[in-house]
Amino acid sequence: MRRLALILMLLATPLAAVQPDEILDDPVLEERARELSKGLRCLVCRNESIDESDASLARDLRLLVRERLVAGDTDDEAVEFIVARYGEFVLLNPTVSGANWLLWGAGPLMLLLAGGGGLVYLRGRARAKPVTEAPLSAEEQARLDDILKQ
Amino acid sequence: MRHILAGMITELGHFALILAFLVAIVQMVVPMIGAQKRWGSWMAVAEPAANAQFALTLVSFGALMYAFIVSDFSLQLVVANSHSAKPMLYKISGTWGNHEGSMLLWVLIVTLFGAMAAWFGGNLPPGLKARVLSVQSAIGVAFFAFILFTSNPFIRLETPPFDGQDLNPLLQDPGLAFHPPFLYLGYVGLSMAFSFAVAALIEGRVDAAWGRWVRPWTLAAWVFLTIGIALGSWWAYYELGWGGFWFWDPVENASFMPWLLAAALLHSAIVVEKREALKSWTILLAILAFGFSLIGTFIVRSGLLTSVHAFANDPERGIWILLIMGFFMGGALVLFSIRAGVMEAKGVFSLASRESALVMNNLLLAVSCFVVFVGTMWPLVAEMFFDRKLSVGPPFFNAAFTPFMVALGLILPVGSVLPWKRARLLKAMKPLRYVFVLAIAVGGLAFAMQTGRSLIGPIGMFLAAWILMGVVMELAQRTGRGDNRLARLTRLPRADWGKAVAHGGLGITMAGVAGLTAWTIDDIRVAQIDQPFSVGSYELTLQSVEEVRGPNYLATRAEILLTQGGDVVAQLVPEKRFYPVAQMPTTEAAIDYDLARDVYVVIGDQQSNGGWTVRTYIKPLTNWIWIGSALMAFGGLLSLSDRRFRVAAGARKSSATPVPAE
Repeated sequence: MRRLALILMLLATPLAAVQPDEILDDPVLEERARELSKGLRCLVCRNESIDESDASLARDLRLLVRERLVAGDTDDEAVEFIVARYGEFVLLNPTVSGANWLLWGAGPLMLLLAGGGGLVYLRGRARAKPVTEAPLSAEEQARLDDILKQ
Repeated sequence: MRHILAGMITELGHFALILAFLVAIVQMVVPMIGAQKRWGSWMAVAEPAANAQFALTLVSFGALMYAFIVSDFSLQLVVANSHSAKPMLYKISGTWGNHEGSMLLWVLIVTLFGAMAAWFGGNLPPGLKARVLSVQSAIGVAFFAFILFTSNPFIRLETPPFDGQDLNPLLQDPGLAFHPPFLYLGYVGLSMAFSFAVAALIEGRVDAAWGRWVRPWTLAAWVFLTIGIALGSWWAYYELGWGGFWFWDPVENASFMPWLLAAALLHSAIVVEKREALKSWTILLAILAFGFSLIGTFIVRSGLLTSVHAFANDPERGIWILLIMGFFMGGALVLFSIRAGVMEAKGVFSLASRESALVMNNLLLAVSCFVVFVGTMWPLVAEMFFDRKLSVGPPFFNAAFTPFMVALGLILPVGSVLPWKRARLLKAMKPLRYVFVLAIAVGGLAFAMQTGRSLIGPIGMFLAAWILMGVVMELAQRTGRGDNRLARLTRLPRADWGKAVAHGGLGITMAGVAGLTAWTIDDIRVAQIDQPFSVGSYELTLQSVEEVRGPNYLATRAEILLTQGGDVVAQLVPEKRFYPVAQMPTTEAAIDYDLARDVYVVIGDQQSNGGWTVRTYIKPLTNWIWIGSALMAFGGLLSLSDRRFRVAAGARKSSATPVPAE
């Protein structure tokens, strides 16, 4: 219960996200910082980006991102800088590397497999001979009439 | 005097729960044996047992609710989740706002659906009915045991405290009060489809009547899931304070996966009903759809994937649910692998046909569900097998999931005008060419009018226009030519109207999602009292900020005047609340709702210069998301009320000899 309370508190501190004093004067840099922030995870929250989160750690990360951008880093360099310090866990958008190929490939691969299976099925249906329906038995016919009369 | 009564009612509820468990065991065993041996009297046990089980569980749930209403703090659960000063609505909703109570609600709904199958199953052959009720009861037995042995809500305290610890303030909200019951109605509704699938596998017979029988249950479950998910998403939108509507949180995904599969099942059951094809796939979908409901329960209850919803991070409970899941999924899938061969398809159709379009619909829905599943589980898999601690967040899901929905939106209007069996693709699509050109124009217009170069907005607008106008065109086609077209339109079966409304709803929701995602404007600033500032085409003025007291919270409340071109649009009153009992703050955003856009304002802390942090968002088309969802649910209800479900449900001859399972 206490752990839950802690999580909820981190989640719901009243003022969400970016504070006015963090905003950079240069609107282009600020826009880039916002975009990058949306892809970085607030490490102490649940599934939240630092752009949305109000935890103090998220604020630190936001300031760090802005610091790097002001220092002249490209977007990739700034993200690399953060990942080097906080690990891959910080990326909300998992990289396409190593085992993550499985993650990214899962959808397309499954679509191919299922699509292939579906096509085989459909071709089978197109070629199949129609099954002749067995006529209704007297009892079945009576029941049908009964239902249709309702 | 009152506390003695409350105590008695509590004990009565506990006793009723144990009795219901015993009845469920009887209902699981006796009718199944009866159906195998064809002993009518044994099969007949199912119906009264289903009623008794439901009545007993209702008594039990009612007793728990009573304990919450009168704040009976001799119950451990009430102490942990309620407070005497809490508003009545949240005392009631507190009954299911916790692990134990929500599991009791879950099993109540299992028994409710069982009882409904007994009430409305008059047309069902006795063998099938007995088996369905038996399987349904087996699910009940598992969850009764789970509640009684690991999560008993009726545990008493020897020395009751003076007051309770209050319900999580985030959950004290009308939108969220009714979110869990709807979700559960949906999750558990799929248990009916599961029971029908397993019963059919045991019988070894799936025919058009079976398809017709299983569809209303799936439809009902899907409608409830749609409402439940929309309520939850709406809650997140106005309560979490920054206007997101979907977070790809594990728990949201847990409800979304069954929704996707239920949508697929709805469509494949049509093929079973009309064309006696896709039988084994439909059975498999029914099994998997309920499987994903169980996975959802497991994800939420085990706390395996941490989330705001996980009230109970208890590994033991997680293992129980994993066992239940393993038993039902494993058992059903083994049965499926043995029996699927018996389901012989009858309908013959060419590649260009309604059947094929529905197969594509199923393909896209099932694979998109698979993508969500892989994305949800991947952090766990990566950590266990690849020693990588990573996150899979919204950017992944947006990139990997959205294309499937775009493809689905593209084929929808085409599929729904294609004739059954054998279609001439070009001829069938001919009326749609104007629709297509118009939809492209709408998308192009959106592109021309927006400032950025993002394609999300234009593609969303194109799809919405394509689907909506496609629906209109299809209805127009259905009326044929000549006079009395209007009369013919009104005489269309309810199922057709349901289809049109639900599809239109999907288009509207897509427009809303695209508009909100692509064109939101946000503004963060320190606002001084009475100094107007502008956001987009609006001006806002912070007029006053004051401290106020609510029933169980303290709040900082701001008054903000919203004007556009000098005309007053709205008076917005955002709040920042603090709940002292739970020691928790929440934000109450002020939202000016409008069809074209929402203006969403959040008040923050006071700054050193005396100003206040104010966050303003202008969110275009947001309400279309909820309107579209409501239409989807309404379309489902329309279809559910169609005559053929009311009259001919299960019109299979009652004495038809089922093939007994060896």
